[in-house]
Amino acid sequence: MALMSLDVVNQSASTSTTPQARRTLEVAKLIDISRCIGCKACQSACMEWNDLRDVVGVQEGFYTSPPDLSDQSWTLMRFNEQVIDGRLQWLILKDGCLHCQDPGCLKACPAPGAVIQHSNGIVDFQETNCIGCGYCIAGCPFHIPRLSGKDSKVYKCTLCSDRVGVGLEPACVKACPTQALGFGSKDDMLFQAEHRLDDLRERGFAKAAVYDPKGVGGTHVVLVLPHGDRPEAYGLPANPRVGPLLTVWRSGLARAAGVVTMVAVLAAGILHYMRRGPLEVPPEGDQGVKP
Amino acid sequence: MAVTRRQFVKVAAGGLASSSIAALGFSPTRALAEVRQFKLARTSETRNTCPYCSVGCGVILYGLGDKSKNARTEIIHVEGDPDHPVNRGTLCPKGAGLLDFIHSPNRLKYPEYRGPGETEWKRVSWDFAVNRIARLMKDDRDKNFLQKSGDVTVNRWTSVAFLAASASSNESGYITNKVIRAMGMTALDNQARV
Amino acid sequence: MTNHWADIKNADVVLVMGGNPAEAHPCGFKWVIEAKVKNKARLIVVDPRFTRTAAVADQFAQLRPGTDIAFLGGVIRYLLENDAIQKEYVKAYTNASFLLREDYGFHDGLFTGYDEAKRSYDKTTWAYQLDKDGYAKVDPTLQDPHCVYQAMKRHYARYTPELVSRVSGVPAADFLAICKTIASTAAPNRVMTSLYALGWTQHTVGSQNIRTMACIQLLLGNMGLPGGGVNALRGHSNIQGLTDLGVMSHLLPGYLTLPTDQDPDLKTYLQKRTPKPLRPGQMNYWQNYPKFFVSLLKAWFGAEATKENDFRFDWLPKNDKTYDILAAFELMYQGKINGYFCQGFNPLASVPDKGKLTAALSKLKYLVVIDPLSTETSTFWKKHGEFNDVDSRAIQTEVFRLPSSCFAEEDGSLVSSSRVLQWHWKAADPPGEAKGDPEIMAEIFLALRALYQKEGGTFPDPIVKLPWPYRSPRAPAPDELAREFNGRALADIPEPKDKTKTLVKEGEQLATFVHLQADGSTACGCWIFCGSWTQNGNQMARRDTADPSGLGTTPGWAWSWPANRRILYNRASADPAGKPWDASRKYLFWTGKKWAGPDVPDIKPDAAPDQGMSPFIMNAEGVGKLFALGGMAEGPFPEHYEPMETPLSVNPFSPKSAGKTLSNPAVRVFKGDREKFGSPKDFPFVATTYRLTEHFHFWTKHTRIAAVLQPEAFVEIGEELAKLRGIRNGEFIVVRSKRGQIKVKALVTKRIHALTIEGQEVHTVGLPLHWGFEGLTKPGYLVNTLTPFVGDANIQTPEFKAFLVDVQKA
Repeated sequence: MALMSLDVVNQSASTSTTPQARRTLEVAKLIDISRCIGCKACQSACMEWNDLRDVVGVQEGFYTSPPDLSDQSWTLMRFNEQVIDGRLQWLILKDGCLHCQDPGCLKACPAPGAVIQHSNGIVDFQETNCIGCGYCIAGCPFHIPRLSGKDSKVYKCTLCSDRVGVGLEPACVKACPTQALGFGSKDDMLFQAEHRLDDLRERGFAKAAVYDPKGVGGTHVVLVLPHGDRPEAYGLPANPRVGPLLTVWRSGLARAAGVVTMVAVLAAGILHYMRRGPLEVPPEGDQGVKP
Repeated sequence: MAVTRRQFVKVAAGGLASSSIAALGFSPTRALAEVRQFKLARTSETRNTCPYCSVGCGVILYGLGDKSKNARTEIIHVEGDPDHPVNRGTLCPKGAGLLDFIHSPNRLKYPEYRGPGETEWKRVSWDFAVNRIARLMKDDRDKNFLQKSGDVTVNRWTSVAFLAASASSNESGYITNKVIRAMGMTALDNQARV
Repeated sequence: MTNHWADIKNADVVLVMGGNPAEAHPCGFKWVIEAKVKNKARLIVVDPRFTRTAAVADQFAQLRPGTDIAFLGGVIRYLLENDAIQKEYVKAYTNASFLLREDYGFHDGLFTGYDEAKRSYDKTTWAYQLDKDGYAKVDPTLQDPHCVYQAMKRHYARYTPELVSRVSGVPAADFLAICKTIASTAAPNRVMTSLYALGWTQHTVGSQNIRTMACIQLLLGNMGLPGGGVNALRGHSNIQGLTDLGVMSHLLPGYLTLPTDQDPDLKTYLQKRTPKPLRPGQMNYWQNYPKFFVSLLKAWFGAEATKENDFRFDWLPKNDKTYDILAAFELMYQGKINGYFCQGFNPLASVPDKGKLTAALSKLKYLVVIDPLSTETSTFWKKHGEFNDVDSRAIQTEVFRLPSSCFAEEDGSLVSSSRVLQWHWKAADPPGEAKGDPEIMAEIFLALRALYQKEGGTFPDPIVKLPWPYRSPRAPAPDELAREFNGRALADIPEPKDKTKTLVKEGEQLATFVHLQADGSTACGCWIFCGSWTQNGNQMARRDTADPSGLGTTPGWAWSWPANRRILYNRASADPAGKPWDASRKYLFWTGKKWAGPDVPDIKPDAAPDQGMSPFIMNAEGVGKLFALGGMAEGPFPEHYEPMETPLSVNPFSPKSAGKTLSNPAVRVFKGDREKFGSPKDFPFVATTYRLTEHFHFWTKHTRIAAVLQPEAFVEIGEELAKLRGIRNGEFIVVRSKRGQIKVKALVTKRIHALTIEGQEVHTVGLPLHWGFEGLTKPGYLVNTLTPFVGDANIQTPEFKAFLVDVQKA
């Protein structure tokens, strides 16, 4: 299971091909929302393991704290009160990177080797290579990566690649008191997720479903949603897709055109950057649920 | 495939960044794809129990150094004990953050004293604190200890009270109880009620 | 807990009421989720607000704080009216069939024997009819009008779904749906567990809240079974241990009690505490009280304690009244306590009525705080702006603050809520000059002893002559102390059946409290811990994870009191003939020769079922008590009384008594505190306090990660109340009670809604209790500024869970 550079199957903005011969076990984290009690142990364990400490903020009327993901908070519990079918539901989402099979961040990243994908499915940022342009942020259909104010580099969940690399589960998964988080092979996690649906349907969640969106090639973090017909209620996009032009970019077309149109695009790029900036964080909705 | 103008600009600009850097001769050396290092490789492990609630979760304290003579152990990580039959390696948000309790900036490091009417603490020695406390206790006990109530020997001291910790060990609770009752104190209590 | 954490997974129904384990005990709560997932268990949550436990519940009901007995009394009525009880269990293992004295009665909210002037009961009539041998009379048919079963049925006849609903605010349909789920566990093959915590204890009727559930579990036949029980989820990591060790005003180790002025000598003391069996053939385990007590005196006073001097019985103080924490602060407030020690305890934040506490602490001559952290109590004299608005110069108290080590820096044992004593090991040295608690206690004691040796003084004997056999006198080691509370033989102990043989040799560690003697030949510092450190070494350090039964018992993991028993009353898991009630949950059973199973039998191991020895061996009658006799202050059956501050003016369960039975008639109220109770006219909303999952007591605000997760104080109010008072989410509001006010941010939520109580709309205000003026979180007010200085009638646990406030925009 030990990971090595040989197991990097994909890296951003790379002109050289990556080794493809080896294939490690494809892993996944399962988030079973029906077992989640919103205790934030995952947040705590994540900060502790990764030597991160977010700022002590203020109370703004929500259980969600800190208010958003950041370079110090790679995972975040988002709380959302909803009345569904006349019954009060406290929907709690463990937000963070889903480790897409087809990662928009990697495709958008212009810095060679700043985003890599391991053959086990982990999408990891290599901050030493990051140039802070923020394109991964725009490229992510789940709005996950965050630019650090300290070093202008982008950070997100690594699925604890350092732990997984030595054969351990991610820190958040280990901590989770109620087994709302699980970790194992992707096959196993999907099997377990499907199995949970029977119990949920029996308890009145007729629309319970597994969230493993195909628009991004499936993810290495899969979720069990009691209200599977409304992922938006939890703050998840119903049909996430990698931006269409990112595919174009990966084809090399943009690169070919790049030098030729350098001057024009440079101007456009600078203009765009000045007007919109790299960090287009949409305003937060109620209860800290992502828009 | 719908491509908006904004997406196009982003993509093209992204293409610009890398291809133009390369074209201008600033091609970085081949980016090294690293696997992050595991930080606990040779730390020392100590079994302990979470001091917060009464679930009594097993924890493992990971210490810097191998406990050799010249290494001063500093706890650098706390994780659940996977063998423990109740928590089975899991921890709650409090337990998962235990490291910050051990290293809280608000840990007390030396005895302090505040005299009558004073507005600040003064750092004092253990000897000063213990001897002054013993003196205050003795003066009070000698004055207020009640040996008899009517004909009954009651041997009680009601003018000083003690609240025992409820997160300290049994051994600490036991010796506290023994000492305090031997002094004759009646108002001994713990935190069971609050 | 009668059962244990992992055992929750064996339940078919989990009732969480008076607790919020998903937030307060998340890692224990995993076994609730396990029961749901693996056992198809149903989770019921009844709480004043929709908690994170409720977020994963199958059934939820919001009730008004302080109406648990109304609700649970309604459950009892439902079970009795629908005959949804486990009849065979009830007949054999409870006192349902016992006949009560004919002069016992209950009228208009009061039991017989009430003395209004003294606010207490003469309990003479709360007793059984006895036969000529002193045994209780019984009617196995349960038909006699004086039997407990019939009396209970009469008592709870008033608790109709309609009245329950009017008082608690829970719609009758929701209440009945919950009753139905609970009642399903009357079947011998279905079991319910009850999980509670301070949500039940912190009321003026706290003890009775729990008794009501005990009655329900006995009626359903759920006591003593895997997946059953009444489970107190204790707060602190060792509050169970400290209580077991008798570190409470009226206790001694092992639930022995401190003598009182009515116990002039050892003989009288023991006589009163050594019960006679109330039914033939019962184990009546407390008959061994003298063995436990004399062994304690030998452990403490050593060679000084001899038969001739009553084993130094007189070296123990005698209580003339209760000195619980409220009483102590009242005495301090009156200027009658001069010195105060807080060891790892922050009473300024955790005892009610901060204003009164500050005044009380300011009257002390000296205060000693022993703590790893900077607590509010230690800086009560220091001005912290509006949050602690005191004049330091006017406070003459001398204050000492002594740094103590924390868990990571010591060896020792803690008792979990499951009664499991677990050893832990030191990983690092404490910071700076901090020392362990035993070391600090030893240093203070030895300094005091030195003064008495030098100067003499009042009654120096117990201080000067207290045995102190520790290797390093200034720092008694944890292993020495653990060996001492386990106990050892002081002389060869002969085998009872063959006196020529030796059971335990002199000097050996005792293996079990069964070996304790009343003649001074054994020493044992805490009889229920006997067996924790035997000749075979430290049993608390065992780490065998084997679980042969698959029921989560893990008998080789650490050591649980008593006698490594994991489920109390486990004899009741089998029917009277010794066969398991439920073959799929086979626990204890009679082999024909002895009791066997994955646990230590809670019965004489060779007592054949036909001998009629009943499972509740600590009770003189051998059975569980639906009727508590004189054990409780306010009545033998739990009765609904309103909190001391209530939106009602008449108790709907006893309307004829007008104000007399509105609140608990046996509650102790100190002079001056009654005047500080508010009325609904000025304080129309019902407040309750609680902690959140990100919090541990008042500690975690000193830890960065927890401070990030819950940075600042807030108060939770429902959308209706927010609208009524024009309050927006996230803005500062003022919460006032008759005792004080705090300014705090509002969190407006759907999770608390207005209730209809006796026709009027009643709003609930939720106050998380944690933040203060010390810590890494945003500084704030201590919430106990608002809470009333009054406690439960039996054990004086303060009423933190139900009081009146008003809220307004700041």
